[in-house]
Amino acid sequence: MSRPTPLRDVHESLGATLTDFAGWLMPLRYGSESAEHRAVREAAGLFDLSHMGEIFLTGPQAGEALDYALVGHLSALAPGRARYTMIVNERGGVLDDLIVYRLGDEEFMVVANASNSEKVAQELRERAKPYETVVTDRSAEYALIAVQGPRSQEILATLTDADLAGLKYYAGLPGQVDGRQALIARTGYTGEDGFELFVANEDAVPLWHALTAAGEPYGLKPAGLSSRDTLRLEAGMPLYGNELSAQLTPFDAGLGRVVKFDKPGDFVGRSALEAVKDDQPRRRLVGLVARTRRVPRHGYPVTKDGAVVGEVTSGAPSQTLGKPIAMAYVDTGADSGLAVDIRGSHEPMDLVELPFYRRNK
Amino acid sequence: MSNIPDDLSYTKEHEWVAGLEDSTTVTVGVTAFAADSLGDVVYVQLPEVGANVEQGDSVGEVESTKSVNEIYSPVGGEITEVNQAVVDDPSLVNSDPYGEGWMFKVRVEGDPEDLLSPEEYTALTSGES
Repeated sequence: MSRPTPLRDVHESLGATLTDFAGWLMPLRYGSESAEHRAVREAAGLFDLSHMGEIFLTGPQAGEALDYALVGHLSALAPGRARYTMIVNERGGVLDDLIVYRLGDEEFMVVANASNSEKVAQELRERAKPYETVVTDRSAEYALIAVQGPRSQEILATLTDADLAGLKYYAGLPGQVDGRQALIARTGYTGEDGFELFVANEDAVPLWHALTAAGEPYGLKPAGLSSRDTLRLEAGMPLYGNELSAQLTPFDAGLGRVVKFDKPGDFVGRSALEAVKDDQPRRRLVGLVARTRRVPRHGYPVTKDGAVVGEVTSGAPSQTLGKPIAMAYVDTGADSGLAVDIRGSHEPMDLVELPFYRRNK
Repeated sequence: MSNIPDDLSYTKEHEWVAGLEDSTTVTVGVTAFAADSLGDVVYVQLPEVGANVEQGDSVGEVESTKSVNEIYSPVGGEITEVNQAVVDDPSLVNSDPYGEGWMFKVRVEGDPEDLLSPEEYTALTSGES
């Protein structure tokens, strides 16, 4: 039985197709997922992301504990700022990718993927034991609503006095939205400008309605997980379970920059990652653009001259390019003459560097 | 509740068949229920005109943003016509599944078995939705 978010009744009243995702009952789409995708690229979309995990670390050594537990240098983060980072195991394998917000000198919030949230909380508790900090999994208390798209700031500005124009990308500040306490973060997973609003569960429904009303003149649409997936794919953003897994290090995924070897002290995975940091990975994560209309999908083999040289991790029809696209791990050096084996038929693909889509700033 | 016209026959694989009563050539498409379940259709592959198919043969595929599904021929016979418009604009499957979104025509040979009446198909889909 899937867990509902606080917005389940709202989704049902909007006629959403609901689906199980990581143990949660989530909206897949409300109507046409293509229209939802376009709304986010051209105006704005409203997402329920309440399945995401929120794990708090508080206390004088919260930053040091995170420096040890994660690959990033979180104690160096200024209050009000956020970082994309990862938690790895002793072998350097990725257990989850995370966004960490520093809320105050002695308070951090770690946002984890729904599928990994319990595991991440458990690892953080274990790894933080030697430090003067308390780890609290507050995922069940928080709802998360995202407004994403070029009109997001205008929409949100009608509901808050917070200084949105002064809020940088990957920053967050506490504020009132429609009279409700929220952590307002300028983050997202769509390749667009946008905001993520962390609020108490009981504020989720009224806030959703307020945002819907405020966004109506700007073309805001509710958007489900289906469009979220195609948006992040166009933006070349990895999804845990597809591009990231415990079998891969951050270097394998081309994300070695998140590993901060120059931070003070040891951290879980340091020695394993130092050993591989200068290796040429056997495969690298690339973009593929299809020349035909059939869609490469997760798990399909990438071939060259009939031999398997890689595997698709995510694929979908791209609204923005008008062609199917995919992310894939492909043998280093295999850059041309590629195809994807789509149920027995080798469909030609062009290799491109990620991302497929970058917004105009 | 999806639209289920009462003058068509249906299959468990969510296809519809028109013209079975009064013609030797029938028209086949996918139902509104199937189109709604798939989401936005982005690619349709249809059989070759002139191909001989058995009832239940996989003759094509319908691909949406999230999934891909095979199309099974609900009747046996010869493919006499395919709808190029739906290949060129697969969104017709979503916008007009019983009209402009039709898929192919078959000159029926033999008696198709196990087709569902509108009432039976309604019962099937209300169990799934």
